[in-house]
Amino acid sequence: MSHIDQEIPLIRVDFKLNGAHASVEVEPCEMLIDVLRDRLHLKGTKRSCDVQVCGACTVLVDGKPTSSCTTLCADAQDREVTTIEGLAQGNQLDPVQRAFIAHGALQCGFCTPGMILAVKSMLARYANPSEETVRHYLRGNICRCTGYVKILEAIMDLVHNPSKYQ
Amino acid sequence: MRPKRFFLHRPKSLDEALALKVRHGDAAAFHAGGTELLVALKAHVLRYEHVIDLKQVDELKGVRLDVDHTIVIGALATHDTIANHPIVRECLPGYAELSENVANIRVRVAGTLGGVLCFGEPHADAPTMLSALDAWVVLAGPRGTREVPSRDFHLGEFTTARDEDEILVSINIAPQSTGTRSAYRAFGHTERPAVGVAAVWSTDNPQRLSLWAGAISSRPVRLARAEQAASALPDGLDAEQTWRRLKEAVAADAASIETHDDLHGGADYKRHLVSVLAGRAIKACIS
Repeated sequence: MSHIDQEIPLIRVDFKLNGAHASVEVEPCEMLIDVLRDRLHLKGTKRSCDVQVCGACTVLVDGKPTSSCTTLCADAQDREVTTIEGLAQGNQLDPVQRAFIAHGALQCGFCTPGMILAVKSMLARYANPSEETVRHYLRGNICRCTGYVKILEAIMDLVHNPSKYQ
Repeated sequence: MRPKRFFLHRPKSLDEALALKVRHGDAAAFHAGGTELLVALKAHVLRYEHVIDLKQVDELKGVRLDVDHTIVIGALATHDTIANHPIVRECLPGYAELSENVANIRVRVAGTLGGVLCFGEPHADAPTMLSALDAWVVLAGPRGTREVPSRDFHLGEFTTARDEDEILVSINIAPQSTGTRSAYRAFGHTERPAVGVAAVWSTDNPQRLSLWAGAISSRPVRLARAEQAASALPDGLDAEQTWRRLKEAVAADAASIETHDDLHGGADYKRHLVSVLAGRAIKACIS
């Protein structure tokens, strides 16, 4: 039996996605992650826990780290959404991506897009974060492979030696 | 999972939001940050045909000092906003610190204080501190506006004093005297606290301690023996001396808390945590 018999009007959502204009028609109940992955084919954003705990689905909305699994796509209206696909400038990777590669701060890579976007938002908020600040800020991004040591090394090296990764 | 389909309403004013709820009744839910509601809708634990998004309602926004210096926190204020707001940081640093430690950064950025209070999940941080601070909530509904003390707002698990057709407008906290300090300490192995204890310590005459434990029970509970013992303490004790004289009363309070074994820990363990966390919170207020 159908939950609602009536037709539900679709919502037109216009937003900026990785610097370009995007426009989609969605059902009100559609989550941002589904629109990004299934309609716009940006598969870098990962679904894992689906309850805003693990951080794999992190995207930036107006620069703020956001669980795309628990955000209505309708809420992206007039916002600026950044996914992992939007970080590189052409072939030039973002400094956070370069630092992660240099330090081998990933194994399976599933948490990496969310982790890197969380780091981007952290560095926008704290220019020179202490290791304690980094640990606190990234508490909600879970990695099951690395034990976090190399991730922390990559971030602290980027903080202390930013010119290495330009 | 995906939520069952729903109509999304985005009112611009409190009156419009209240009218939508009257029109759609039990089929409608209010929505703000989504950190609780959307998770429950996705799990099909809850199902609504109408979701009324309150994020554009101006009356629910902002953090401000009222003319009498009451701190007014709009229901839409996120944990991250509260943690970093100059008024909260200056007037209630213990509450700002609590907000900075809620769950994770994404929950803090999206989750609202009004939402966490109205959802009524016992394993939350803010209700414990707001009870200790003697805060009160302002509710608006079709029959007008009313105020409810935070201590009376939480009735049990997922149950509050808010009527179904009311909207929580703001959380208000009376100005704190210069001799008042507050601190919150929590512990849990999930993102939610297994137990949290909030202490508000005032050295003004008379000396006064407000001490509440949360998450351990279906609603925050007052640690009344400890509060009474604190009022009889001589002035000028340091943190360690104070704690030595209060810990028996705290342990007696903890032992009397109604709780049970669950995912967050055994009942005895959680009562033990009350004592440990109360000690830390009290010492943080004094030192």
